[in-house]
Amino acid sequence: MKQSQQSNDPLASPPGMISVTVDGRTVLVPRTMPDWQGRQVPTTMLQACELAGVTVPHYCYHPKLPVAGNCRMCLVEYGVPALGPDRKPVRQPDGSLVIKKSPRPAIACATPVSPGMEIYTSTPTVKLMRQSVLEFLLINHPLDCPICDQAGECKLQEYSVEYGRASSRFAETKVHKNKQIDLGPRIMLDQERCILCSRCIRFTRDVVGDDALGIINRGSYSAIAAYPGTTFDNNYTLNTADICPVGALTSKDFRFQMRVWFLKETMSLCASCGTGCNIVIGSRENCIYRFTPRQNDAVNSCWMCDYGRLNYRWIERTDRLTRPGGSKLTSPDWEDAINGIAAALKKAVPGHIAIVASARLTNEELYLVRRLAQFLGAPTDCVPRSGPADNLLLCADRNPNTKGAQLLGIAASPPGVNLPVFARLIRNGTIRSLLVFGEDVTRHGITADDLARLDFLAASDIHTNGTTAVSHYFLPGCAHVEKRGSFTNVHGRIQRFEKAVDPPGLARPELHWLRELVCRVTGQSMGGTVESVFEAMRAEVPAFRNIAWADLGDHGVATHG
Amino acid sequence: MPSERHLILKNIRKPGYSTDIECYLRHGGYQALRKALALQPVAQPDGTAIGPKEQIRREVEISGLRGRGGAGFSCGMKWSLVDRKSGKPIYLVCNADESEPGTFKDRQIIHRDPHQLIEGMIIACYANDVHLAFIYIRGEFIEGARILERALEEARAAGFLGRNILGTGYDLDIYIHRGAGAYICGEETGLIESLEGKRPYPRIKPPYFPAVLGLYQCPTIVNNVETLCAVKHIVDMGGAEYARLGTPDNTGTRLVCISGHVKRPGCYEIEVGKVTFRDLIFDEAFGGGLHDARQLKAIIPGGVSAKVFRAGEKVRVTKRAADGKMFETEMDVLDLPYDFTSVSAAGSMSGSGAIIVLDDSADMVEVLANISEFFAHESCGQCTPCREGSLWMAKILRRLAKGNGQPADLALLLSVADQIPGGRTICAFGEACSWPVQSLLVKFGDEFRAKVQATADKRPDRAFAEVQ
Amino acid sequence: MSWALPKEVEEKVDSLVGRYPQPRSAVVMVLHALQEHFGCISPEAIEWTARKLGLRPINVLELVTFYPMFRREPFGRFHLRICRTLSCALAGSHQLHRHICERLGLNPEKPGPQTSADGLFTVEFVECLASCGTAPVIMCNETQHEQMTIEQVDKLLDECRCKCRTERQGGLAAEHGFEP
Repeated sequence: MKQSQQSNDPLASPPGMISVTVDGRTVLVPRTMPDWQGRQVPTTMLQACELAGVTVPHYCYHPKLPVAGNCRMCLVEYGVPALGPDRKPVRQPDGSLVIKKSPRPAIACATPVSPGMEIYTSTPTVKLMRQSVLEFLLINHPLDCPICDQAGECKLQEYSVEYGRASSRFAETKVHKNKQIDLGPRIMLDQERCILCSRCIRFTRDVVGDDALGIINRGSYSAIAAYPGTTFDNNYTLNTADICPVGALTSKDFRFQMRVWFLKETMSLCASCGTGCNIVIGSRENCIYRFTPRQNDAVNSCWMCDYGRLNYRWIERTDRLTRPGGSKLTSPDWEDAINGIAAALKKAVPGHIAIVASARLTNEELYLVRRLAQFLGAPTDCVPRSGPADNLLLCADRNPNTKGAQLLGIAASPPGVNLPVFARLIRNGTIRSLLVFGEDVTRHGITADDLARLDFLAASDIHTNGTTAVSHYFLPGCAHVEKRGSFTNVHGRIQRFEKAVDPPGLARPELHWLRELVCRVTGQSMGGTVESVFEAMRAEVPAFRNIAWADLGDHGVATHG
Repeated sequence: MPSERHLILKNIRKPGYSTDIECYLRHGGYQALRKALALQPVAQPDGTAIGPKEQIRREVEISGLRGRGGAGFSCGMKWSLVDRKSGKPIYLVCNADESEPGTFKDRQIIHRDPHQLIEGMIIACYANDVHLAFIYIRGEFIEGARILERALEEARAAGFLGRNILGTGYDLDIYIHRGAGAYICGEETGLIESLEGKRPYPRIKPPYFPAVLGLYQCPTIVNNVETLCAVKHIVDMGGAEYARLGTPDNTGTRLVCISGHVKRPGCYEIEVGKVTFRDLIFDEAFGGGLHDARQLKAIIPGGVSAKVFRAGEKVRVTKRAADGKMFETEMDVLDLPYDFTSVSAAGSMSGSGAIIVLDDSADMVEVLANISEFFAHESCGQCTPCREGSLWMAKILRRLAKGNGQPADLALLLSVADQIPGGRTICAFGEACSWPVQSLLVKFGDEFRAKVQATADKRPDRAFAEVQ
Repeated sequence: MSWALPKEVEEKVDSLVGRYPQPRSAVVMVLHALQEHFGCISPEAIEWTARKLGLRPINVLELVTFYPMFRREPFGRFHLRICRTLSCALAGSHQLHRHICERLGLNPEKPGPQTSADGLFTVEFVECLASCGTAPVIMCNETQHEQMTIEQVDKLLDECRCKCRTERQGGLAAEHGFEP
């Protein structure tokens, strides 16, 4: 009896744990938890509530930013074990602790929990405090929800449902500030909608290291601003629009394009560099409207760069390849194309055929290329892409899957080193057949004249290019947003992504037709889904051993590469 | 007969006393510093020794000195909380941002006896191992800053500041830092932010307690001008002797600023708790009474942020009887002794020692509008309730004062005022801006009701008045 | 005209910066020095301060716009700060303010500092000047005038005008800090 009482004693928790009670429910929480930079610091009330399944409303708090504590929305009531004159906890006759309720509330975002603490998040006082904060935030707010891009994902709207008043008690003239301020090339600011939570300031100062934003004036007249004559222009500015809890900071790219509640959300990855930032694709009726970052602490935290975020318009370009084609294709359909290519490959002689496959293709697609290459005895390589890196997310490798191509043995070491060799071997007649998947080799050292010397050239890509233009067969591929698959990022993390929109015309995911080619050419059979190709891949390629498709989850896993 | 008790104002009140160091030295200046620096370790029965610095800190603790800036927090306790093991430098900042309306005591010291402050500050720095200290002086004290600059130069030249002070090996520099017109810089963490060159946004506590994470994230002591002067006198006379002045929980002397509707407004030094509001307002030694034919209406007892007392108000306080037992008694507010404990027990605060006296000519709606406009102007704007609430209240009140109010405004005003204080804001400004509203509306409700009723009678058809 | 800082002002700034463990602490003191010299804080002054202290201009603008003592436009030759807050208000500071505004052709209802048409006076209704025992108080440039009455205000305005005429007649440069 005594023992069980001991084990229920909030002051006798296992090492490294603290017992706290949230709205009557006692939970064990870690004594320390990661702060915004991942350092272990004492667990806060807000984190403890989260662990207890209670969400504390907040505006200024963001798990990946230093705590500001200014919005006061997360105020909660709490109590701690009362101490007797001997400085020891006072207990009830039944052994339970006597809790002394604090006369003052505390902000859950910044207040550490202590053993035996009781947190009350739904008392009338707490509800009234939330109502009041919301009312204060709204009295000088323009209430222009109908034309606000944030509508639908606005924290003011969200909390108004729970804590708002039906009518305003504010009969005075509102404070007017500036609207439609062009902060920089990608961000617009509406100072009247701003609730001064300072998330944007903290993000650009503390995460990006570009201390470009500040608060000018004071009191109720305070406003976010950049210095006049300067522009807010680093490669991460659009994250401020994401973390702005209201419609103060908006993306020029997305402004007035689409009501957010119409957007279909698809879990995906950014394919603009090797970092593999996790994203959500917002699309409607087969049209992409925006990329937004999706939290993955092993990769991109909550952020992504502007370059990657805006790198999607090309998907809708009018020069997309929409059906198979080429000088030897008799009718523009898949059957003829695959038959034609397979027939030619069967005749190809090992040592006289080479393959160039893009490091933008998925692991599964590159695995199929690997099978083909192995069967044909063809050397392979990728086209390297690089650009300046920064010290946050953007990496120098601008292909999303160079690492995957390396692990699968498609990319030479270093990637691209084989391309001039291929060019030479084409010119001296050694290479007679060339397969190019997802690249334009004419821009990478193999000229159109070189290609003209080949007996057989088959190519695929998303857009018409110099290589497809001179191919005997060309196949329309898909942008990654149009298919499923996985990429392996520069750090060897394998992550999956889902299809957001359909490809145009007859274009099909590379996986589909590569599998058909492999089957036709090799005579082997294999499943046609991403999952079944992945299964085959992990059985064969050591770097992916013991990783099941389902293991990838939403955030991916580290390969053994 | 109530009278002043001069410690801090002692020299200032002497005819011909000037701010230069020779004058200060002639009047015994820097003797307390010499005494402090000459202290030797005192052996304890258990074989340990108490060092000179700790001795000073103990004297301050024994003295019972409570901070004179407004909160009345124990100075000895404040010093004892300083993290002395962090390995980081310890800073001391003198809060000379005197901004609470009604307060003008630090001005007297700065303008007329700067060396007294500097001496107290050097002793406080020595006692706390501080080697760099600042005097944060409000921007409008332009002349005051100049006087202090000159006094610091004199002190440096005389060897009281700088390297190897008086040959003891102790180094200390003190610099003047001017503000630029912000009440919030009187809040100690706002002051620290300001001193770091940032917007003076008060810091959240936890984790930023100045004693641990203050200026440049180092342990920092922020003391008021008058408090630091008191330290000099405590070292001079001993903590126990100092504690004999005043009353047990409210020791020493205190500067009281009396302004408003009295004949003799001014700054007076009293033994804390030995003088009542009645003395301070009516006695010839202090305020000297109201102007002819005027009646007392209200007392603001500790700067405009303090809750108001109504004339004739009965307050309940707990007192200690001769046999040591505590008992509760009711008294007229005028009979309340002026000290931290009594005024607080009566539901308000003595704050920064600023008493504003209002006679029956005062329009309380106008008075409150004036106070609320001050707070709306001074809110730093960092946290929501204060930023939005202070201006909202000021707008309602200005509308009321202009005769455009309606009865429902009073309940609204009170409900807004109720949602700002009590820990809802980062700093005590939330309390400061809402307490006057809460207390004036309750204690002078008739006057507010009459005002809005008059408006309603005049223009019954007008629901809302548009007011800038 | 290009923006230039005299050597002695820069030296003063350097000595101010040297007082602090971190240069950023000196912002307000540097701004005071620049305003004293130039009469106001121009964008050039903000940008110069930022460069000097290793800050971004927004860091400085944040402070310039927070503190009412910093002005971004030049003020008149005489800056009259009339205390608006309670003790002075009880002693008639609002009447003094109104009177001064009327004499100088300014609108007493308008918030913020206003400069007379002749550029001689800037009138500002300010918050508590911490001299409530001698209410009502008015600061004329750096000098405080206590227990002011309408008559004394008139006298002060006349003296300012007179001093200004003398300065002009004597061909004196309008020295800053010149007191009536």
